[in-house]
Amino acid sequence: MSRRAFQVLPGFNLTLGYTLFYLCIIVLIPLSAVFLKTSQLGLSQFWDVVTTPRVVASYKLSFGASLLAAAINAVFGLGLAWALVRYSFPGKKLVDALIDLPFALPTAVAGIALTALYAPNGWLGSALEPLGIKVAFTPLGVLVSLVFIGLPFVVRTVQPILEDLDTELEEAAASLGARRWQTFRHVTLPILLPALLTGFALAFARAVGEYGSVIFIAGNIPMVSEITPLMIITKLEQYDYTGATAIAVVMLLFSFVLLLAINGLQAWTEKATGRNR
Amino acid sequence: MAGATSLHAGGDVAARFENRAATREPAWFKWMLIAVSLTFFALFLLMPLIAVFVEALRKGWDTYLAALIEPDAVSAIKLTLIAAVIAVPLNLTFGVAAAWAITKFNFRGKHLLITLIDLPFSVSPVVAGLIYVLVFGAQGWFGPWLQGHDVKIIFAVPGIVLATIFVTFPFIARELIPLMQAQGKEEEEAAVVLGANGWQTFWYVTLPNIKWGLMYGVILCNARAMGEFGAVSVVSGHIRGLTNTMPLHVEILYNEYQFAAAFAVASLLALLALVTLAVKTWVEYQATKAKDVTE
Repeated sequence: MSRRAFQVLPGFNLTLGYTLFYLCIIVLIPLSAVFLKTSQLGLSQFWDVVTTPRVVASYKLSFGASLLAAAINAVFGLGLAWALVRYSFPGKKLVDALIDLPFALPTAVAGIALTALYAPNGWLGSALEPLGIKVAFTPLGVLVSLVFIGLPFVVRTVQPILEDLDTELEEAAASLGARRWQTFRHVTLPILLPALLTGFALAFARAVGEYGSVIFIAGNIPMVSEITPLMIITKLEQYDYTGATAIAVVMLLFSFVLLLAINGLQAWTEKATGRNR
Repeated sequence: MAGATSLHAGGDVAARFENRAATREPAWFKWMLIAVSLTFFALFLLMPLIAVFVEALRKGWDTYLAALIEPDAVSAIKLTLIAAVIAVPLNLTFGVAAAWAITKFNFRGKHLLITLIDLPFSVSPVVAGLIYVLVFGAQGWFGPWLQGHDVKIIFAVPGIVLATIFVTFPFIARELIPLMQAQGKEEEEAAVVLGANGWQTFWYVTLPNIKWGLMYGVILCNARAMGEFGAVSVVSGHIRGLTNTMPLHVEILYNEYQFAAAFAVASLLALLALVTLAVKTWVEYQATKAKDVTE
């Protein structure tokens, strides 16, 4: 406390006070409403609501598709980041700028555009139909839109780390007789791994909560292609506020766990690469 | 954390790696990786973007323009602008205050505070809408009181604004905190020692240092504010001409099988996204230039 008297810069009380005030009224107090509302429900009632077969099917789809989408993004996102950082090719600047499209394009727009593409009469859907692959209005459609939404997370967490890498490490590996693949596997990949996992986790976290881009292409068939956020909407439309809130609590608890994991991963990235976020 | 790509000033480093035999892959591998990556990019990012404009113009310019000047579309555009015009400055003020407190002072619980600021990014948009229904809805905490005083928040404009503020809450703070952390506080301290007051210090010393990061945060915050769908959808009530934002208007038109009109309104939002990306790229270029000058 006595140290604060020596503070040279002004504005500590004002800025911290305002920050806490705004954080409380916009985020913390409204969020606490979810937990208070659910606490009115007994534990066994709560358990019954969040484990009805239709809701459980939605968890399986939401978490399964999100994991798979994040994994696909980790592979192709690493490839894209590598190509953007290490190679020169025509149109690179444009591709680099458009990577952030999923951050900038409203999710509803992405949703109807992907549906138009993958519907049986769409450009891609009509090509896949003869092969017996149905994308729109199936769980596969959910996967496609979650890949769309998650891609920039992986590219944008891996890209800066790749850019900051010096050539020396790889040169040393090569001069010691390592083949290019061995150098990648034993030198470069371990440095990239924390960032790659962070990108994976960010893409996964975003995908689990995603709503706008998914509901158009999913078809929303009960037990088959309903995602968990849609279950909350469905309950709300039936004025079942307690039911909606109980599912929201499950999602929130899961997000908190992921948030902690991501913070840990980011600390690891900083330690592994010695750079600040 | 999530949701935000952060300003990264760096030049093109490809030549550094491509010019050395030890850090270069064989040509066949290079072109294969580029081909695979770009195919993936085209399938998942480029084609949806093109599809928006093709579908919007499928029935010609007349239908396109008619969809945009129709009264419900115009009121949706207005509401979207209102929500962004309120949400972005509020989150900007908060972002600057939070970044100042966190980066210029030491206090207990700083890491917890940073994590809490990140929280809205990890909450599903649908849950973000739900929490305001629980607080202000007819059966919520303040529901009866609000009804008694004839104030509507849920299924009305204030609810939409609140939900928008929530989902865009961390954008600017998240951008400024690492930036101001890296810059330290020596320059500000020098200004204060030389007799500047708090506002002068911020205005003449801090602001020029953070202006590109600030712009970056504002652009992304604005894009999300105008494009938010899930959270706004929960609190809106979908009353045509009254509580529909542009993304919600797109949904209604689409569900009514008015595809050309839905994509016409969607194309405006896609244009907004393209402008956002263009400005963002320009800001990155400026920041890289500024960095090269100082180094």
